[in-house]
Amino acid sequence: MASNSSGSGSQGRAPQRLRIIAGHLQRPVDVDATVSAAECKAQGGEADVASDGKSVPKRRQEIMKWNGWGYSDTKFLFNKKGQAEFTGKRYKLSGMIIPALKEWMEGTFGTNMQHKSLATPALTRTAVQPPTLNEAFVEELKSTGVPFSHDAEDRVFRAHGHCLHEIFALREGKVGRVPDLVVWPNCHNDVVKIVELACKHNVCLIPYGGGTSVSSALECPQEETRSIVSVDTSQMNRILWIDEKNLTAHMEAGIVGQDLERLLNESGYCTGHEPDSMEFSSLGGWVATRASGMKKNIYGNIEDLVIHVKMVTPQGVVEKSCQGPRMSTGPDIHHFIMGSEGTLGVVTEVTMKIRPMPEYQKYGSVVFPNFEQGVACLREVARQRCAPASIRLMDNEQFKFGHALKPQVSSMFTSFLEGLKKFYITKFKGFDPDCLCVATLLFEGNREKVLQHEKQVYDIAAKFGGLAAGEDNGQRGYMLTFVIAYLRDLGMDYYVIGESFETSVPWDSVYYIFRVLDICRNVKARIIRECKDKGVQFQPFSTCRVTQTYDAGACVYFYFAFNYRGLSDPVHMFEEVEHAAREEILANGGSLSHHHGVGKLRKAWMRETVSDVGMGMLKSVKDYVDPNNIFGNGNLL
Amino acid sequence: MASSNAYAQRDPMLKKRDDFEDILEERRNSSDLRYALKCYTPALYKGVAPCKSSMLKSMVLQSDQLHYVIQQVSKETGRQTDNVQEEVSAILDEMAHSLQLSTVRFFAFTLSKIFKSLFKSIRVNEEGIQRLQQAIQDHPVVLLPSHRSYMDFLLMSYLLYTYDLTLPVIAAGMDFMGMKFVGEMFRMSGAFFIRRSFGGNKLYWAVFSEYVKTMLKNGFAPVEFFLEGTRSRTSKSLIPKLGLLNIVMDPFLKGEVFDVHVVPVSISYERILEETLYARELLGIPKPKESTSGLFKARKVLSEDYGSIHVYFGQPVSVRSLAEGRVNRCQFNLVPRHIPGRPDEDIHSFVNDSAYKLVRAQEDNMVLKPWVLLASLLLQKQAVGQEQGTALDELTAQAVWLRDLSRQYGAFLHWPDQMTPSEVVSSSLSLHRGLVRTCEGKVQLALEHEEKLLSQAVIVLSCASYRNQALHVFLRPALLASAIHAASSNQKQEVFNSFSFLRNMFSNEFILCPGATVQDFEEACYLLVKTGTLQVTQKEVLVNERGHRTLAFLVSMLDPFLQGYQVVCRFLCEEATETLTEKQFIPAIRKFIIKHLLAGRLRYAEVLSSDLQKNSLAAFLRLGAVEKIKGYQISNVSPCLGGKLPTQKAVVARL
Repeated sequence: MASNSSGSGSQGRAPQRLRIIAGHLQRPVDVDATVSAAECKAQGGEADVASDGKSVPKRRQEIMKWNGWGYSDTKFLFNKKGQAEFTGKRYKLSGMIIPALKEWMEGTFGTNMQHKSLATPALTRTAVQPPTLNEAFVEELKSTGVPFSHDAEDRVFRAHGHCLHEIFALREGKVGRVPDLVVWPNCHNDVVKIVELACKHNVCLIPYGGGTSVSSALECPQEETRSIVSVDTSQMNRILWIDEKNLTAHMEAGIVGQDLERLLNESGYCTGHEPDSMEFSSLGGWVATRASGMKKNIYGNIEDLVIHVKMVTPQGVVEKSCQGPRMSTGPDIHHFIMGSEGTLGVVTEVTMKIRPMPEYQKYGSVVFPNFEQGVACLREVARQRCAPASIRLMDNEQFKFGHALKPQVSSMFTSFLEGLKKFYITKFKGFDPDCLCVATLLFEGNREKVLQHEKQVYDIAAKFGGLAAGEDNGQRGYMLTFVIAYLRDLGMDYYVIGESFETSVPWDSVYYIFRVLDICRNVKARIIRECKDKGVQFQPFSTCRVTQTYDAGACVYFYFAFNYRGLSDPVHMFEEVEHAAREEILANGGSLSHHHGVGKLRKAWMRETVSDVGMGMLKSVKDYVDPNNIFGNGNLL
Repeated sequence: MASSNAYAQRDPMLKKRDDFEDILEERRNSSDLRYALKCYTPALYKGVAPCKSSMLKSMVLQSDQLHYVIQQVSKETGRQTDNVQEEVSAILDEMAHSLQLSTVRFFAFTLSKIFKSLFKSIRVNEEGIQRLQQAIQDHPVVLLPSHRSYMDFLLMSYLLYTYDLTLPVIAAGMDFMGMKFVGEMFRMSGAFFIRRSFGGNKLYWAVFSEYVKTMLKNGFAPVEFFLEGTRSRTSKSLIPKLGLLNIVMDPFLKGEVFDVHVVPVSISYERILEETLYARELLGIPKPKESTSGLFKARKVLSEDYGSIHVYFGQPVSVRSLAEGRVNRCQFNLVPRHIPGRPDEDIHSFVNDSAYKLVRAQEDNMVLKPWVLLASLLLQKQAVGQEQGTALDELTAQAVWLRDLSRQYGAFLHWPDQMTPSEVVSSSLSLHRGLVRTCEGKVQLALEHEEKLLSQAVIVLSCASYRNQALHVFLRPALLASAIHAASSNQKQEVFNSFSFLRNMFSNEFILCPGATVQDFEEACYLLVKTGTLQVTQKEVLVNERGHRTLAFLVSMLDPFLQGYQVVCRFLCEEATETLTEKQFIPAIRKFIIKHLLAGRLRYAEVLSSDLQKNSLAAFLRLGAVEKIKGYQISNVSPCLGGKLPTQKAVVARL
């Protein structure tokens, strides 16, 4: 009977999971048809498992915002009744009214619906510098047949990531140095040709994947006088083969997360690599920045998932000769590639581990009386090595924020239930609503094991005063990670600017007091103090959550936002606070970055992070691989 | 050496200080019993509930830090961990406070009675109290009062109780424990006891530091200790001790708290209760062991008038801002935080500098009474041998001159402006009638000729302790004045060298921040130029015509110390042999000095102060003029002596 139920579970659950993913990642139907026509001649043969569904067109501006996050059709706004609404149809929250958001914004930031700071509606082409083209390069490029463009919109789109200062400038219609040309290679060989030409004509190349960088990695260096060419890998998005014996798949590096998962799911597999940016970020980008996925506890981070990488450098192509699962052949050359942030070459193809899709998935959540207890529980879960696919702990501010994002309840009954739950937790169990915090959980695997696992985790949580708070809260928590990025754009319409940043830090237990806790408290306090010192009127929103657990520590995510009305140079001030916050993180034993990377934003701290010798090692690799600094985005070193 | 203009913004005249309120006034007008039983609900740190002492103990016992050290000790000594654990519990029991509100109320009642009979007023800057209250709510707080009297810590707790602030836990010396009943009373009013010396005892150190840190990190109560380590018998600030300061800064440096706020508190007594007691002690009449009966006998002090007390709660100092740009906290990232480690060189120097800053902050806010100026003047006169004393109006005129000078140097002088100067002078003299004698309109120290040298010295040292209260105001200018006096030319470089030598020599005697020679020199130049005493050009330091009086006063201020160091030096040259032990040093030098005093070769009886003798020996050790061999022996090292002393002799010769 057990096998029977698990069997039916496997059939019932897989589609359910698909629905969930599709729910928050609904794919646009009308993707650019012209792109798929341009097949890469070298590879366009039998190996092409699936190349039909592409989410990313060459002209990204057709479906995505040029000066904000995500899809053009999706955004938060206040409707005529003054209620917050999430537009579009792509997400579960789409089309819903979020009644509490307005009050939360007013209470948290002191915003006023009358005081708006709207963005420039469209890009003024005259604001964009005319391209500096290297004629000889362009001539030869034409002969290769690789599509390219020097249209202003195309170029501006590839000149930025999603750092606050980048988006802020775009909203004001300000455009700095942008690439002079955008090329769309279709396959590995196209990239080889482009890199050869760039070396020949001394052109600067900046690889571009999903454009979700938050480290200023895509910014063109101001001092760069050569012609800058953005190598957009978005059209290299095929799964070239799937090997079911070895459970590996070979992909082109431009494929974005949602396409990769969807296409693999069609064959019954998944990679399990789900960064919060997976709708837009690309496989090559993950490799180049050492990305981390939400479900790393089961599937691992990118460095655990990658079996083989092909990268085109000015010195030629670098790759290993076999796909052995582990090798003792000196320092792993993959580790020169992973985290190279586009300074050494373009990642073109990657072989990754895949797994059969989980037959059963279950969300969950636990309420803790305070953040300290929550962290202690996560630490215990990590110690017993029984972390679910994902476990995240939000602090009280974020818990309240999550509450503010609850859509309008449809029935009297649900609202009654909500009230009852609240009563139970705050009155009956005596949790202080200004202290309690929530952990969201995601379990995956075989149904029986999931249920067993779930019990184990809830038992541990109970030891730390945690109360199970239901599947809905957990699911909503994860759904919110996808829509939260859209919220910043809404804030910016009302003089609120903000950013998230992350770190990793050892547990370091001291009688129930953890370095993780200390860093959370100190960084939040530092942000608040810096803002006060710099004359921000309204106390900033400064909050954190623990998003990953490891044997030896955790990943902590900070959110920081404030109302900048009345400040003369908010972006500069913001950067100073962000800088101070990072200093505080480092002083408290946190790392420079857990998965966002260094880019140009955090370059200043690289030397003290990896030591002089370490810096020399990295530099010497760069000097050998790219002596003429063709990959001159200026990241990392 | 930057120009002294840099100090223009730091003009000490412009220091802003709060006003005082007398808290005894209300005590005199309302019931002490009601006051002792009042509703006491202090605002707490971030609303943390206060922690029972038993819970605090168990938190300390369960800490990773202590576990680690227990394991280590048991491994090293081969003892069972249980056995070590027991020792830890015993240490903790001996140490821990057990604050009880009932005891506090008892003290509130009795102290009210005692204070009212002893003092005219107890004046507190209420703005400082407000700042403290805010600090206690926002951060863990460390209180650092100056230490001139046993009274200090009772007074502090009394004040915090009065203003409804969280009562501090106070680090007290073990010697109090000797007083059976009183020791326990102190414990119940928030004192915890630490042994005077536990240098090598790793276990003791671990328990002690964990105890303090646990209290601080959790913000259960402000931690109070005396940066000077012990009561200053001379009223000079003592060189700060770093042990406890290191401990309280550690949680911040390791990121366990966002910040720690340190509040220097300056307690100034118009008349110190232990006045003659201290003088006797310095002269080698041994201090009576703290005992309950001794305290009881001391009750006769209750019948005298001790003037007023000023308590100034200074600006809270954020350890975070002290450390900003000075300490790289990343150094703590590579070792687990529960493993104790010796602080690095840069941490040590950071803590040391902070300690000096804090002691200077205490000094800065010490209230000086007119008597302090009178004592300075009378001592100088006594030294030059004015047998029949100074006419009252002459003394008054000089006091007024000194008042203006000290104000220009930034002294926190409480000179009652509503009274005429002569009234001020005579009321000061009458409060201290034990030390001065007025006859036929002439004032002098109360030294009877037929009296023994030691009894005279008691009076002189008592007086000197008042003069010492003002030393920090005049110190830097006085060093410069003496340097000018000693230098062979007016060359600025020459004067600076001479200044630097004196400063270095006296850095065991006075609060002179290590490594701040240039700043001190500039500060001194700035003050003397501002008051028209000197002209300082690029190359030269010139004395103005009207500056001689000031200069002479300043030189005389330092002269007893200079002479004292000279005598000690002479003693070491002439009489010290290889077999002189540290224990024998004080009696031997005392004999030597008495000989010189009686022979009239030495004018200053205050050189008999063992404090000065110890400091000078320490200074000579530091300078390498003297060396410690085989543990406790002292021997002269001739080559070094040859190298150092001529310079010093040169200085002395010019005086």
